[in-house]
Amino acid sequence: MVSLDLLLNALAAGLLLGGFYAAVSLGISMAFGLLDIVNIAHPVFVILGSYAAYIMNARFGFDPILTGVLFTPVFYVLGVVLYRIYYASFERKGAESLRGLVFFFGVLFIVEVSLLLAFGVDYRMVEARYIGESIHIGPVGLAYRLLVPFVVGVMLTGALYWFLARTFYGRAVQAVAQDAFALRLMGANPFKVKSIAFGLAIATAALAGALLIMIGPVEPALNREYIGRVFAVAVLGGMGSISGTLVAALLLGVAESLTATFSGPSWSVAVSFAVLLLALAVRPAGLFGR
Amino acid sequence: MSAEVFLDVQSVTKRFGGFAALNGVSLSVRRGERFGLIGPNGSGKTTLINCVSGTLRADGGRIVFGDQDITTLPAHRRTRLGIARSFQIPKPFMSMTVVDNLLIPLEYAAGGHGAAAMDEAMSILRLMGLDAKARVRSGALTQIEMRKLELARAMAARPKLLVSDEAMAGLSSNEVDDILAILFRLNETGITVIMIEHIMRAVMRFSERIAVLDAGEKIAEGGPDQILADKRVEKAYLGE
Amino acid sequence: MSGRAFAVAAVVVIAGGLLVAGLGLNQYYYFAAYVVLQYVVLATAWNILGGYTGYVNFGTPAFFALGAYTAVVLIKWLKAPLLAQLVAGAVVAGLLGLAIGYLTLRLRGVFFSIATLALTVVLQTMFVNWEYTGGARGISLARPATAPFYGSYVQFVFAVMVILAVLAVATAWCIERSWIGRGFAAIRDNEEAAECMGVPTLRLKLLATTVSGMLMGLAGAPFPFYITFVEPASVFDLNYAVNSLAMPMIGGTTTWVGPVIGAVLLGSAQQIATVTISSELNLLLVGVILVAFVILAPEGIVGLVRRLSRRDPA
Ligand SMILES: Nc1ncnc2c1ncn2[C@@H]1O[C@H](COP(=O)(O)OP(=O)(O)OP(=O)(O)O)[C@@H](O)[C@H]1O
Ligand SMILES: [Mg+2]
Repeated sequence: MVSLDLLLNALAAGLLLGGFYAAVSLGISMAFGLLDIVNIAHPVFVILGSYAAYIMNARFGFDPILTGVLFTPVFYVLGVVLYRIYYASFERKGAESLRGLVFFFGVLFIVEVSLLLAFGVDYRMVEARYIGESIHIGPVGLAYRLLVPFVVGVMLTGALYWFLARTFYGRAVQAVAQDAFALRLMGANPFKVKSIAFGLAIATAALAGALLIMIGPVEPALNREYIGRVFAVAVLGGMGSISGTLVAALLLGVAESLTATFSGPSWSVAVSFAVLLLALAVRPAGLFGR
Repeated sequence: MSAEVFLDVQSVTKRFGGFAALNGVSLSVRRGERFGLIGPNGSGKTTLINCVSGTLRADGGRIVFGDQDITTLPAHRRTRLGIARSFQIPKPFMSMTVVDNLLIPLEYAAGGHGAAAMDEAMSILRLMGLDAKARVRSGALTQIEMRKLELARAMAARPKLLVSDEAMAGLSSNEVDDILAILFRLNETGITVIMIEHIMRAVMRFSERIAVLDAGEKIAEGGPDQILADKRVEKAYLGE
Repeated sequence: MSGRAFAVAAVVVIAGGLLVAGLGLNQYYYFAAYVVLQYVVLATAWNILGGYTGYVNFGTPAFFALGAYTAVVLIKWLKAPLLAQLVAGAVVAGLLGLAIGYLTLRLRGVFFSIATLALTVVLQTMFVNWEYTGGARGISLARPATAPFYGSYVQFVFAVMVILAVLAVATAWCIERSWIGRGFAAIRDNEEAAECMGVPTLRLKLLATTVSGMLMGLAGAPFPFYITFVEPASVFDLNYAVNSLAMPMIGGTTTWVGPVIGAVLLGSAQQIATVTISSELNLLLVGVILVAFVILAPEGIVGLVRRLSRRDPA
């Protein structure tokens, strides 16, 4: 029954991974799905969050989650600034979204190379008491380095869901996406609403980055693998649906984990991109499309 | 009733998701006819034209043009067969000059090229009163000029059937008369014209026959006087 | 530029290139110039699709790598000569181009761009896992003992790249001047209207993706003999994607000159920076310049020059 054990463990690890993927993808689901901003640089901000966690951990022994929470406001401000540049340069002029995409592609490159200059190509990691330990339920082992990101990822998803569904600004963000008229009725300023939403999208990267470096070592170019993952999740999840994002992320996590277990880890990166290609080709509206 | 049927739309259906924008619409336009298509906002006029011109594929029904079934033909093939349309929301080739906008259909649909095509483009622009703007980038035109460009570009395809989708919205009363005169003249040269218009004065004067759409269904068809007298049409426009 | 002037310029460039290749200068110059010329090919190829039809391709590395790996397979399997490698590389990458052309049926705008990026990673993973070409470790290749025509193989591949660059630019020039180029521009401006005005948009897009892919494959095919070592990480490098898009953006995307200006400026700047500063810093420079141009001068250097000369009363 070794293979059943293997299967169960792969499934469990996949689900845990999926919870983490949700955290990484939330920012894209918001920016791309709701605001129509193709922030292809999102994963590189996640990496930036990882390096923040690394520095605070190496210098002051901070727990990565703590750093993630502490840096959330910093990233929020970063997001607001980035949105202002984007707005002034592209959105206001009504320039096609492709130029905006190229802009973010350039930003991706700048951040990645800056990290490379500052830290080199070496893999960096964090230390915390619980990393490396695991709990066992029957034959299934759950590593804390996956369990903690899963829990935090799901909590972050829940928080964002609550924000969008229950708060004034959250509902305004939804209105920005679908119904400019309703937004005007609410008396909200679209520019302000979008700044807040984009700020939040980037803010999620601070926490997601902390989770990422907890799962495994990080280097600057790692963001590229995540481009496929986050867009696969956002598209599959139905472009801007938070619950859809979680479901899609869990599915992708399981798919990757099964691939890694049964075909070898070098194939698992391709899974997300293959899923993305399929999702785009077959159903651009996503599996859980609006 | 001697003239042959030129465009035959046979119970065409078009759905967007669960919503039926066209529900079994049939109409036939005769060769050389001036045909009006009216209906309240959102009644499906543009959708019908999209299905005829190939911008959208009909979900059900058949469309026959001349003696050819064009239901599944790609749009550019339909244009080459002789169907040209203007867009209600202007879609000019923004980066090109006004005259280059006309060279596209002239080269790709009408088989023109070189200096002859250029001459033809200029004469169409003159007809539409756009010749002064020939070398201007079309992105820099006003909304009204863009409307005229839409019609000019459709004419440059040398169509046998010209569909004008609200080409006159926003024009002054004099300009409406100018465009009407142009369409009348085109029609005299043998071109069949379908006019979609909210300006009743214009459609009624122009059309020999009119069809009325409401909520994706044809509710009336006949001469202008018949349409004006029709109770269902009145109800569709004025509500209960 | 008239047809004759262009033809004369092309011949002069090729003749000059072949001559310089024979001079036997310091080998480093040939190495560096090869890279710049390779970017002329890549940027021009990218622009045929991205600049002319408006479909932004992030997948340059996929096409480049496919050209390179096709050559690797031919070398390992048949010891085929460079000419065969070039032809095969172009054909294989062209087929991939054809495939992404069909993708445009369903994917427009940013969705297309993201799909091309996805394609790159999928292909890279396949080559990482393909043992025949050395997997992730890469593969070393021996050049033929003697180079045809020239004293060293580097001089030879430099000469080849001169010809390829002229070929690529001439292709772009021909497209731009023909009805095809106007059809491409119509697609870029408004695909729906283009189709309604008689432009066979699918066929033209397939042409654009195929030609663009072929030229990118051509740029990659001589790479194995140029460097004698091929690994997935180096041929699937994201730098190819950024550079091949940044160069036309900086030069100007609507004419053939734009990518050439961009490639020569940015390509040489990078070669110089690599020696004098560091290779990471020069990449940073590329990113900053790209962002600056896309914000401040979206029409590139060509657009800037046009704007300035229009303002001139002369
Ligand atoms: N691409 C589309 N996707 C979803 N719904 C659409 C689409 N195009 C049209 N509709 C819907 O189909 C209905 C018919 O629209 P259509 O544009 O054909 O109306 P119309 O008669 O041309 O109106 P108007 O006079 O305002 O131009 C409308 O309810 C519209 O919202
Ligand atoms: Mg309409």
